[in-house]
Amino acid sequence: MNDTAEQMTQSALNQHSLDEINEWITRYPPEQKQSAVLAALRVAQHQNDGYLTTELMDACADVLDMPKIAVYEVASFYSMYETKPCGRHNIAICTNISCMLMGSDTIVQHVEKKYGIKLGESTPDGKIYLKVEEECLAACAGGPMMQVDHVYHTNLTPEKVDKILDALD
Amino acid sequence: MSDDELKLTVDGVELTAKRGQMLIEVTDAAGIDIPRFCYHKKLSVAANCRMCLVEVEKAPKPLPACATPVMPDMVVKTRSQLALDAQKGTMEFLLINHPLDCPICDQGGECELQDLAMGYGGSASQYTEGKRVVMDKYIGPLIATEMTRCIHCTRCVRFGEEVAGVRELGATGRGEHVRIGTYIEKSVASEVSGNVIDICPVGALTARPSRYSARSWELQQAPSIAPHDSIGSNIFVHIDNGKINRVVPRENETINEVWISDRDRFSYQGLSSSDRILSPKIRQGDALVDCDWPTALQAAANALKSGSEAGSLGVLASAGNTLEELYLIQKLARALGTDDIDHRLGQNDFSGDALAPVMPWLGMNVNDLESLDAALVVGSNLRKELPIAALRLRKSALAGGKISFLNPADFPLHFDAAESLSARYDRLPEELMAIAIAAGADLSSLKNAPGGINPEEHHKRIAEQLKQGDRTALLLGNLAAAHPAYATLMAIAASLAKACNATLSHLPQRANSCGAWLAGVVPHRKPGGVALGDGGKTAAEMLERPMHTYLLMDIEPEFDAAQPAHAMGSIAAADQVVCIGSFLSDSWQKHASVVLPAGTFTETFGTFVNAAGAWQSANGIVEPPGEARPGWKIFRVLADSLGLEDFDYTSPDQITQELQGLCGSIELNNLQHVGKSQDYQRTDFGDKLLRAGEIPIHRLDPLVRRSVPLQKSEDGKQAFASLCQRELDRRKLSVGDTVSVSQAGGKVTLPVKLDDGVPENCVWIPAGLTETQVLGNTCSPVELS
Repeated sequence: MNDTAEQMTQSALNQHSLDEINEWITRYPPEQKQSAVLAALRVAQHQNDGYLTTELMDACADVLDMPKIAVYEVASFYSMYETKPCGRHNIAICTNISCMLMGSDTIVQHVEKKYGIKLGESTPDGKIYLKVEEECLAACAGGPMMQVDHVYHTNLTPEKVDKILDALD
Repeated sequence: MSDDELKLTVDGVELTAKRGQMLIEVTDAAGIDIPRFCYHKKLSVAANCRMCLVEVEKAPKPLPACATPVMPDMVVKTRSQLALDAQKGTMEFLLINHPLDCPICDQGGECELQDLAMGYGGSASQYTEGKRVVMDKYIGPLIATEMTRCIHCTRCVRFGEEVAGVRELGATGRGEHVRIGTYIEKSVASEVSGNVIDICPVGALTARPSRYSARSWELQQAPSIAPHDSIGSNIFVHIDNGKINRVVPRENETINEVWISDRDRFSYQGLSSSDRILSPKIRQGDALVDCDWPTALQAAANALKSGSEAGSLGVLASAGNTLEELYLIQKLARALGTDDIDHRLGQNDFSGDALAPVMPWLGMNVNDLESLDAALVVGSNLRKELPIAALRLRKSALAGGKISFLNPADFPLHFDAAESLSARYDRLPEELMAIAIAAGADLSSLKNAPGGINPEEHHKRIAEQLKQGDRTALLLGNLAAAHPAYATLMAIAASLAKACNATLSHLPQRANSCGAWLAGVVPHRKPGGVALGDGGKTAAEMLERPMHTYLLMDIEPEFDAAQPAHAMGSIAAADQVVCIGSFLSDSWQKHASVVLPAGTFTETFGTFVNAAGAWQSANGIVEPPGEARPGWKIFRVLADSLGLEDFDYTSPDQITQELQGLCGSIELNNLQHVGKSQDYQRTDFGDKLLRAGEIPIHRLDPLVRRSVPLQKSEDGKQAFASLCQRELDRRKLSVGDTVSVSQAGGKVTLPVKLDDGVPENCVWIPAGLTETQVLGNTCSPVELS
């Protein structure tokens, strides 16, 4: 059984994810495969509607020849990775200093009220996840801002937020 | 002063140091105390606890002594106001989240955090907010966790990565949410996992078996020697009111450094097993009943005498006994006129006995294993056989040494092997031949060797590695020793070692395997290796057909014998079975005529000769329970009952000295086989499904078999029939099925396990298990249905 076939039958990662991770692996020296762990986890998370499972992290460890615990360490360290089930749309409202001065608290309150959930929670229908954004998202010139599924939206007002969020499927 | 030395001043004292040393190494050597948590001399520098901050002149801030290299003319102050303030500040932060539950913590009294808090902590904290709490995950029966106490020094994480070579613990999360653990609920599986208990500076990781059972300041400590594998790890036994509470490592740089295996650490749990023999016993009809010592001794003497008179007295002793006991049982046997004495119950082939070394040994010191340029390990699941030797060999591999394996299965390793060959068990000699041929070894003395063996590339690579290195070794393990063509394996190995100028090393199985050879507990040699003309019966011959009388010392034939089912038949058919030992196994319960209870390693003075030939003695630490007595005393009075002379020892060290005198002039040489003519033994079982297997790590001897925590650990779960995927497919089996295994007239049902390390047409079924005692030997055909 060759490697690829084995991965197809055993890995929690689908073929598309495996192809993408293998492509990332080619960007690093062969003895430093684990450098692709951040990309691999991002791919795995994307495959699974926005969060990682132990099985997916284990699959990444296998592909990258890493101890499983080393992958758990990475996944639990970075706030971009979710290790518990969450809604499929990831909404991160920046609450760092610049955005806070520009009124991010109002935006947070508005969104929390809109969905009836607090930061860190998901809507019961599994559609929306309000992430606790711990870092400045580096768009201070456009504060208040938020990131919705990797897309930046700046100079937010409650009306603008409604428009953006209501357009999500 | 040489170029790589320099001088520095610490607290006004001038010290000499080597370039590249860290400050803390120099101050430790000079006896200057700097507080620390994350620094450990056997681990890499993490510098994350910040407790060892000291003042260095001209440096703007305090520097961590563990991560500050010494510089010429450096001036260091470890107790200046700046240093003390820094240390005190660090301590206050470390205690912020610490629960301060010392009164109920097992580490209390021997806790580095507690000790340093006394010296460096404030009497009150400025912190009034809530403390964080970490919920614990179960990580197995050996280690108890209380991770709220953890101060994130990461010693345990580094131990796993750097020493054990198995990353099981990690630091997950970030900032205040960092926690040390396995992340998922899982038992740690390393065979040296218990060492994290010692290196944990707080009570986060403690020994589960001794949890909540004693306070450390109430324990007494006594030095001893671990009685299981042939490394002879140095240990301290901790005693609570005459009862053994726990076992911890005793530092010995040339043997076990500061580590011990889990087997050495937790085997003591078997000492108080419910089948511990507390009084002499004698058979009355079907029952074994308690009796007094004189009755039992007389019965034993009568039995031995009748066996001796019948010319059929077989003596089987365990190489886990002390050297003194082994020497005395030998002396007793030979005084009774029998040479039928042996300790090698697991061995199948004895045809190489005449050429065997006086003592098959490592051929080097244990610490030499860590600086080999190349090595070939033949027939050894080294990690599980000799965990400490495996850690040493791992260091060789990490330093660039080419360590290769030739095994009957591809065992999981904790380092990258240069080459890892796995062949079906019966094919080992041919594979080794191929390597020997590739190395140009002189194999002319091996008669009737099969032709047509052509070395392949991997054989050539191994040969080349062994030839190129300066310090190389060929190590023969227990699976080689248990092979039906052991003599041939030894002969090929000797020629190969000679051709490569490599050390031929034996990896003796038990704590006193070497000692048993020296003490003459072999049928063909007297003490000191003096050869006997004809010699007596080997262990296999003694058990092949029933003898009139057996004398068993710490032998459980159902687990120890190579052919357990057959051996049990012979024991059952014997006229008399005299048993000396500590635990009443089923076989003794059923077949013993008389049982004499003996003390274990903690209850008697005893010497163990380790793989490197070191004689290490330890005193008895506690009294034997009940009526049990130290083995050497039992032999003394037994000899008296038999009217034998020269057994009137008044102290056990007289016995040691007597044997030492007999061993004074022996020369150790593992290369006896070289150039001696012998027949090549063919062991090809063709297309038949072959059983292969080892004695698992926690089934080695009567004591570990009774240690419940070890049996419950990952390594204790062994009763499986393991096959590779192709073999499973061929037999239409899948994981989780059960399969019926038939061998040697016995039959057992075992769950099926997938192990792609097992070669095709082979099933891995360990020996020494309760489940497999009805079967025959490993390396012989077996039927599955």
